[in-house]
Amino acid sequence: MQPTLAISKDTLRIDAAAEVAHITAAIRETVVHQLHRKGAVVGVSGGIDSSVVAFLCARALGKERVQILFTPESDSSSDSLRLGRMVADALGADSQLEDIAPILKAAGCYERRDAAIRRVVPEYGPGWKSKIVLPDLLTSGQYPIFSVVVQSPSGERKQIRLTAEAYLGILAATNLKQRTRKLIEYYYADLKHYAVAGTPNRLEYDQGFFVKYGDGAADFKPIAHLYKSQVFQLAAYLGVPREIQERTPTTDTYSLEQTQEEFYFSLPLEKMDLCLYGKNNAIPAAALAPAVGIPEAQVERMYSMIESKRNATRYLHLAPVLMSPVPEIE
Amino acid sequence: MPSIEQEIRSFIVGHFLLGDESSLKNDDSFLEKGTFDSTGILELVSFLEQKYSIELEPDELIPENLDSVNCLVQFLQRKVPSLNAVAQVQT
Repeated sequence: MQPTLAISKDTLRIDAAAEVAHITAAIRETVVHQLHRKGAVVGVSGGIDSSVVAFLCARALGKERVQILFTPESDSSSDSLRLGRMVADALGADSQLEDIAPILKAAGCYERRDAAIRRVVPEYGPGWKSKIVLPDLLTSGQYPIFSVVVQSPSGERKQIRLTAEAYLGILAATNLKQRTRKLIEYYYADLKHYAVAGTPNRLEYDQGFFVKYGDGAADFKPIAHLYKSQVFQLAAYLGVPREIQERTPTTDTYSLEQTQEEFYFSLPLEKMDLCLYGKNNAIPAAALAPAVGIPEAQVERMYSMIESKRNATRYLHLAPVLMSPVPEIE
Repeated sequence: MPSIEQEIRSFIVGHFLLGDESSLKNDDSFLEKGTFDSTGILELVSFLEQKYSIELEPDELIPENLDSVNCLVQFLQRKVPSLNAVAQVQT
């Protein structure tokens, strides 16, 4: 049935207690009876999503059946580990620190990324910092063409549009980070006969904001059906430390701090939530615009961008495609 | 000498369509047809800048200028009047 009531922030309000009861029951059923594993590995970044997943897994399986992992690398914010430890301490769950920087260095992650950046910023080198950003797609109507923002050791910043080769070079190198994290998570999963919990929320899952076989890989994804603002509601209900609830979501992937908004989503996440909800429920742009606080034309553009991202990232969700069916396995 | 339209078609077909000339109409929207993604747009922009010795400004990177062969031909003719404008815009 198409929603006809006025849309507001409260539209995405859920019964947190009921939702937690539903998810924890589903985790137990999934991990024990479907996956036949004894517990869950959760990589905790200090962000809201992984923290909520850790709390849910501990509530579902018991804290003694949750293995928390911290996998910082050279570009990680020091806050990530501090806040991650806060989660493990609050739960009383076992945690392990695995510094992945040496693996990434040995794999050439930083060297390859810097070489890719030097394609457009020849002077880029030791002591420099960087991130990649999108233009303001909502008001400019521009294509999602990435630029690199670099900061010299003396603090001078500049922004340069990327070529395809430079963009792909940076992306391929930095994706090693998410894939290495997953490598470590599956090491612990094998070691303890646990399943790996994925931590995407609905915005990330729907819009393909993950690395295939990196943070996109998991055995179960407990909050992939929840809008970001609903994850915040669960965090409050579950008692996730307040500092984590109040932290601005970042990618924690580049040496310059990068919000998810400037890298991928074009609106603050609470507004993105409403746009995705509106799109999913066929709410006319004119009816949604007042709640989001942007003009109707921009809501239309967001609807179109949501669809474009779905199309562009559909392959990320696909399992390897067989050229002929193997019916015994399907 | 190939026309602008032929040069653009040749690039799009060769880079994104595995040489399948028949699958590209000059008024096809690249966005709607999913001809290429955001990486493809970067490749297209690099091609245009190198091929025609131009620099595209941020406010020119919009679908109105780049989203079909016809859009591209018209955009280039506006941007670089000196280019040979013999391209026959087909629909």
